[in-house]
Amino acid sequence: MGNDVIETHNLTKRFKHVTAVDGLNLSIRRGEIFGLLGPDGAGKTTTIRMLCAIMDPSEGSARVAGFDTVREPEEIKKRIGYMPQQFSLYGDLTVLENLTFFADVFQVERQEREERIARLLDFARLTEFQKRRAAHLSGGMQKKLALACTLIHRPEIIFLDEPTTGVDPVSRREFWDILTELHVQGVTLFVSTPYMDEAERCSRVALMFEGSVIVCDVPERIKGLVEGELLELRPERLREASRVIGELPGVLEVQTYGDLLHVFVDDAARRAPAIQEALAGAGIAVQGLRQTRPRMEDAFISLIRKRLGERE
Amino acid sequence: MIARTLTIARKELLHIVRDRRTLAVMFFLPVMQLFLMGYAATTDIEHLRTAVLDADRTPQSRELIEAYRASNYFDIVGYVENEETLARMVDDGEVRAGLLIPTGYGEDVAAGRTADVAFVIDGSDPNVANTVYAASQQVGQAQGIRFIERRLGVKAEDMPGVEVHPRVWYNPAMKSANFMIPGLIAMVLFTLTIMLTALAIVREREQGTIEQLMVTPIRPIELIVGKVIPYVFVAFFDVLEVLAIGVFWFGVPIHGSLSLLLLLAALFLMTSLGIGIFVSSVANTQQEAMLVVWLMLLPSIFLAGFFFPIEAMPGFLQALSYLVPLRYMLVIIRGIILKGVGLEVLATQVVALVIFGAVIMVFAATRFRKRLE
Repeated sequence: MGNDVIETHNLTKRFKHVTAVDGLNLSIRRGEIFGLLGPDGAGKTTTIRMLCAIMDPSEGSARVAGFDTVREPEEIKKRIGYMPQQFSLYGDLTVLENLTFFADVFQVERQEREERIARLLDFARLTEFQKRRAAHLSGGMQKKLALACTLIHRPEIIFLDEPTTGVDPVSRREFWDILTELHVQGVTLFVSTPYMDEAERCSRVALMFEGSVIVCDVPERIKGLVEGELLELRPERLREASRVIGELPGVLEVQTYGDLLHVFVDDAARRAPAIQEALAGAGIAVQGLRQTRPRMEDAFISLIRKRLGERE
Repeated sequence: MIARTLTIARKELLHIVRDRRTLAVMFFLPVMQLFLMGYAATTDIEHLRTAVLDADRTPQSRELIEAYRASNYFDIVGYVENEETLARMVDDGEVRAGLLIPTGYGEDVAAGRTADVAFVIDGSDPNVANTVYAASQQVGQAQGIRFIERRLGVKAEDMPGVEVHPRVWYNPAMKSANFMIPGLIAMVLFTLTIMLTALAIVREREQGTIEQLMVTPIRPIELIVGKVIPYVFVAFFDVLEVLAIGVFWFGVPIHGSLSLLLLLAALFLMTSLGIGIFVSSVANTQQEAMLVVWLMLLPSIFLAGFFFPIEAMPGFLQALSYLVPLRYMLVIIRGIILKGVGLEVLATQVVALVIFGAVIMVFAATRFRKRLE
């Protein structure tokens, strides 16, 4: 195993009516920022809970920091930090009281504690809010406090379950800057997120869909998995344009992004004029048709569609 | 181990202090219950509103009415002319009893014959009806004896007969408060601790904070003990609060040992805390917990003999009442406060509570895991 700090073998969790996680095989190296991406209900939270040793798998096994999640859960808990998806600190306690509480629970030495809390407050940009009750913090500040609390015992690995869901864009960026800082310090980060743009900041990502991992690789290579070339255009009458383009030869897939269309074609140079011609013929005006590099989001939507297509 | 338990206890204390509503419930609910029980839930019957239909209108009939009034059981609040009016007054609840003296009553008395009167009792509440029934008979019989004395020119004391001298032990004034308040202490101890522990633990589950605690090295036992410590103090404060008001306001005498009472209350706490922890392991939300608590409390209160004596229940319910821990505590607390008895008398109850406490605690603690389902 060597440098692998998280390893799963056929990790499976079945609930009464659904299989939430279905035969997961992952290995994550020390020091990675590993992104677990997927839509709601893909099984991300269940996976993280099993890795944090607070939920037993129905089948398969997982080792975290070298310990088995079922047999040696307490050894794992000493070495990891976990930030659940929903705010799970004490709203009626102040920022400082929350941090002190977790420091006590993890039995951080007294002389070390004060200095570490001060550093974490500074790190999370919360020093001036330390007397405020956690319930009265903004969403972004609550997330930062939660992160600070999970860091109090210097964990080797941190699991973050959708840490930026419901957080404004500015705080999201700031939060990721903090995560990057931790990454630089050598901490292994396991982050789940529904936001595809966040995947770009991970060293490796896995796309999870309906309980299994569709693909797991570095972001660049995942983007390269998309078949064909990508054209981006801004037509009038989006839906009609999408239909017209979809019927043309050489068009592999059409995706909508706000008022943009992303069209995957076998050969951009050959198909672009044909698209322009077809839309002109249908009386649809077009602005800015250009070839572009596929983004993570394009890649994932395309991969999920392919998976759904295979099943039919 | 102890350090972490105290950390949890300190945190719980902060929750309690910062939650004004819970704080109010903890300290005022028992007082409110006490005053309600002390005053409203009394079964002492005096000054029952009574109407009189005096068809006779003789000095003899007026003497009988006066005898009823003077008994203090009955307040004559009105005179009616016919039975229909009396019936309507009882229907409306304006009066709870009615005395009907027919024409010829005075004549019969004067002639030395047995004179008949009728007494109407509103029997909707059998407790009240029983007392009124006996009182109405008693007043009539006393009046009869007076007639005999006058006729024979003797005093009843001088005549042969049997006189019963009842000695009411433990509660000579037969005040309901003396009976209710000790019971209430047991009930406060029971309901409040079950509710508070169940809610305190379920709250962590509802807020999701339990998930955060599960990934810490904390042990279930540290978490449970830490969380209930503050409530043990709250429970004892409440017991002393109710006891003090009972003694100094309602004049309930404590005949037995106060320290034994507190010791056995602590023993009883094991059971109620255990039930609270158990409830928290089956409920996912505070609402669910409240529902489960009430489902358990209501039958407990009735089966334990808090309001109605267990001896009066059908055999099946009597057997069931042995499964209600509150039953034993009621016997203990009433025994110590009212009768002044000690361990030698209460041994059976104490053993029962030890067994209940141990079983429930172990059961509740094993159900509590650091795992999500």
